[in-house]
Amino acid sequence: MTLYRYLGEAIFFGFIILIMFGGLVTVWSRLLMHAVLGLAVAFIGVAGLFFHLGSPFMAMMQVLIYVGAVCVMLVFGIMVGHSPTQIDRLRWSGNNFLLASGTCIAGFVLLTTTLIRTRWTAAAERVGDFTMQHLGTAFLHEFVLAFELISVVLLIAILGAIIIARPPQESDPS
Amino acid sequence: MMPSDHLTTYLIVGAFMLFVGLFGMIRHRTLIGMLICVELILAGAGVNFMAFNYFVAPDPAVGQAFTLFILGIAAAEAAIVISLVIAIHRRFNSVDPQAINELRG
Repeated sequence: MTLYRYLGEAIFFGFIILIMFGGLVTVWSRLLMHAVLGLAVAFIGVAGLFFHLGSPFMAMMQVLIYVGAVCVMLVFGIMVGHSPTQIDRLRWSGNNFLLASGTCIAGFVLLTTTLIRTRWTAAAERVGDFTMQHLGTAFLHEFVLAFELISVVLLIAILGAIIIARPPQESDPS
Repeated sequence: MMPSDHLTTYLIVGAFMLFVGLFGMIRHRTLIGMLICVELILAGAGVNFMAFNYFVAPDPAVGQAFTLFILGIAAAEAAIVISLVIAIHRRFNSVDPQAINELRG
């Protein structure tokens, strides 16, 4: 039993290392294509964390939507706008770099110390469980309005994206 | 208690993703690069929601629903931003944020 426990823990840390590695590659790579690949690795790590948090459904959704859809869309965007091997040229001096990294590291340290010092109290009692049935019932009862609205938002976003990206037509009044 | 049984571990991962994404937004000098880092920040928010959902929330469906909504909003946002980038590239022949300064006084 304990062996499996330690094995699970090792896999958990493997996923955290995936997230950190992917995040740092996303930030540091000068090729945008490498940044997208780093992003995909980080998202796979996040999906692993969702498995540990008791929700295989959300893990699968993370892989499907983020890795499968958003990353592919980003690659399309890179292909249209740049040549894929274009180098992201940096125009900041060392001073600006120190300011940016210092701010981010200081913010991270501040937030982390606050998180470690805080005592979170769990809810007194649980209603429902982590099963797919409970989630589906919640979607079609409590969250039905938001659930329908999100599909309308997606539809409008796709229509708007097509209209914005369309080349200007001869028959357009403007 | 293993580290994976603590809420704090997950929250620190979320904070890491937030600040790495923030740093990347400052560092990348292209619109697509900044969009990539926004996606990283949104995923960090999703990790936070799922962690609070598992350890603290009374109803486990709430956090999962919120994370799914974040996924949907992130996909819609990426579609809009990429079409904007395509339109900007057609108009200005560049995706450099500093080249788009027509409204500058």
